[in-house]
Amino acid sequence: MTVRQMLSGNEAIARGMWEAGVVVASAYPGTPSTEILENFARYPNVYAEWAPNEKVALDVAIGAAYAGRRALAAMKHVGLNVAADSLMYASMTGAEAGLVIVSADDPAMHSSQNEQDNRTYARFARIPCLEPSDSQEAKDLTVVAFELSEQFDTPVLLRVTTRICHSASPVELGERCERSSQTSPFPRNPAKYVMVPSNALRRHPVMEERIRAIADYAETFPYNRIELRDRSLGIITAGVAYQYTREVFPDASVLKLGMTWPLPEGLIRRFAASVDRLIVLEELDPFIEDVVKRMGIPCQGKDIFPLTGELDPYVVRLSAIQAGLLSDAAVPSIPTLEGDPLPARPPVLCPGCPHRPTFYVLNKLKVPVNGDIGCYTLGLVPPLSAIHTCGCMGAGIAVAHGAVQAGSPERHVAVIGDSTFFHTGIPALINVVYNQSPVVTVILDNRTTGMTGHQPNPGTGHTLQDKPAPTIEIEPLVRACGVKQVRTLSAFDVTGIEKTLKEYLQLNEPSVLIVQEPCALLPEARERWQPLEVNLAQCNGCTLCFRIGCPAILKSDELDEKTGRPKAQIDPNLCTGCELCAQICPRHAIPFRLDSIFLREAA
Amino acid sequence: MNVPLNFLLCGVGGQGIVLASDVLVAVGLLAGLNAKQAEVHGMSQRGGSVVSHVRWGREIYSPIVGWGEADVFIAFEKLEALRNLRFLRPSGLALISTQALEPLTVISGGQVYPDDSRLRAAFAQLTPHAHYLDAESIAAEVGNVRAVNTVLLGALSALLEANSRFAAWAPAPEIWLQVIAERVPSRHLDLNRQAFQAGRNAIAGPR
Ligand SMILES: Cc1ncc(C[n+]2csc(CCOP(=O)(O)OP(=O)(O)O)c2C)c(N)n1
Repeated sequence: MTVRQMLSGNEAIARGMWEAGVVVASAYPGTPSTEILENFARYPNVYAEWAPNEKVALDVAIGAAYAGRRALAAMKHVGLNVAADSLMYASMTGAEAGLVIVSADDPAMHSSQNEQDNRTYARFARIPCLEPSDSQEAKDLTVVAFELSEQFDTPVLLRVTTRICHSASPVELGERCERSSQTSPFPRNPAKYVMVPSNALRRHPVMEERIRAIADYAETFPYNRIELRDRSLGIITAGVAYQYTREVFPDASVLKLGMTWPLPEGLIRRFAASVDRLIVLEELDPFIEDVVKRMGIPCQGKDIFPLTGELDPYVVRLSAIQAGLLSDAAVPSIPTLEGDPLPARPPVLCPGCPHRPTFYVLNKLKVPVNGDIGCYTLGLVPPLSAIHTCGCMGAGIAVAHGAVQAGSPERHVAVIGDSTFFHTGIPALINVVYNQSPVVTVILDNRTTGMTGHQPNPGTGHTLQDKPAPTIEIEPLVRACGVKQVRTLSAFDVTGIEKTLKEYLQLNEPSVLIVQEPCALLPEARERWQPLEVNLAQCNGCTLCFRIGCPAILKSDELDEKTGRPKAQIDPNLCTGCELCAQICPRHAIPFRLDSIFLREAA
Repeated sequence: MNVPLNFLLCGVGGQGIVLASDVLVAVGLLAGLNAKQAEVHGMSQRGGSVVSHVRWGREIYSPIVGWGEADVFIAFEKLEALRNLRFLRPSGLALISTQALEPLTVISGGQVYPDDSRLRAAFAQLTPHAHYLDAESIAAEVGNVRAVNTVLLGALSALLEANSRFAAWAPAPEIWLQVIAERVPSRHLDLNRQAFQAGRNAIAGPR
């Protein structure tokens, strides 16, 4: 009997990995890819790990594939930028067993800094790109990716998007194909695996010949299929856009591509010849469209559908009506909201977040702050408003250094999370020391990779598969990088943080402040939750506590007699008792917890 | 049933919307339908707006519901109800929990939380089938405010049965309860049963 299960795209990829007999998988978390490894790690007899960054993850997978075991590296789209160097050499060398890279792209940037289309990497690296359009295909194409990889001795890119990763649909499960547990000795084949110029020169033509052979194979690849219906309109599509195509143009003929690089030019010509009007419906870049046009086949695509953001049934329908592909009658009427714009609900630092006190102090000090990526990027949101740049992971420290070397008249502070520091922060800090700039770096060590949902990292003392691991302590690491001025404080110690930062901002050498406290959502922090209360008799509605941006602090209904302003109130269901508000309240209207470590100072 | 039934759930991170959509999907499957579900993880979970799409049907293509295409609209919070109004199909069914969660832009940013008259007028203009439920109080009466999402699911089950357009889709209460039982820890099972029933009673009156 076949077993059908509701799986998200990411769960389906994990299942596909297991069925394909994958033995080693390495990744760095990143939305929307994270759950692939989290799910794979729970299957029996597999090795799955969090690497400190995507380049390391890909090199690990490459090493495993060189050693003759099927291996996979998963990452979000921007992770492949970090791993691109490794992708390029892996394409040159090939491997001894299947090697698959999952790139989870994020059109519309639901949780990313950009929305690049990573199919371009497949073309760039001369490797095939597979694109599933639902969970069933996500699983099936994962298995196929390994077969292709071995058949053609090539890495394969499995490209998915947020709407594939994070949507669920039923999947028919298969069995694991158990592969031999014996590995052959590690290959001694320098002509193939040592990419010095003399060898690389001979490998490049191999790579080009390989992609031509795969293009031939693509003509009969079963996941590239023509669905002939009404021939007045033909649509070439792939990935989730296939679903929107079927939704909006149920009668149109479709060429559905499961492999979007290399493209099956013969199949495309045949399809084009069998329909009156040809369009390409794809998300982000005109990747397929450009090839079709280069082949001299008239078609439309990005002149109808948007180049930026993600598609959805509404956008596709509206674009189609504007282009005369559908009658107006097809557009649903869209409710519009009259009146003032609604207040936004941006994501914010959680109640009790250990990042908040640092940003409260940075806001007070009015220094330029070069930020990085993680929950702490939310230090940008008013009222904290204390981040002035943020580009990609690991950038902040070096951006601060560059600004200082350019003669920026102010002292710069760089803020970076623990996981980000391990990811790409360390080389930037070494640069600050080596090339001597007085950048003040604050490492926000919340003992986890918060933003992506609490993955362990090299500082947490355990691994993805829940094995104990040595804890890499940040302070000795920073000292080993050559920083002389280093201090570690509790992340809730507002006074200490302010004092230290003021002192460091006067120095003429690099300095690092490590603020440490577990993320408020971690079990060890939850155990200590203890909501505070406002003493309304003391509160005079000065509003200072509203300016720390804590979602647990609300305006009460009680007005202060003198000022007429609402007094503060604390939501006991949200407050964790972090005591930032208690520390900054000028009227001591928020009593400390009985077990407070700050009582002493307040008294 | 050849045309899928589209649900849109919206609210604030932490309100249990993802769990409620899981239940909705499983109920559809157990009732013999096909289902798809889509949501966005990541930034949206840090107290931001959350939207989840669920579709039931025979053959379903898009995992997400387009604007103006939600047959059933379930809002866990009033401001989010207004924010996502554009998803509601005119004359569709709307179930709105009357909880208000003020965003920081209101608490410290000087923006104004829309008042109830605006909410009710906006929905009244679109559909005669808008239902408002103080699900938080109902959950509190049952014994735990965290059961809000089960209260809403109970109300939804009764609303589907009572609406002539959706009655053919409406799974029996036992199906809902079975799915809920599979998902909540056994020590919370009684509470959730009661919350589900209280949600149903709020719509249909006790039987
Ligand atoms: C190259 C790259 N990989 C992954 C991500 C996804 N991502 C964004 S923030 C983050 C983790 C941040 O963790 P940490 O530095 O510990 O900060 P926290 O969120 O805990 O505050 C990750 C994995 C990314 N944006 N870019």
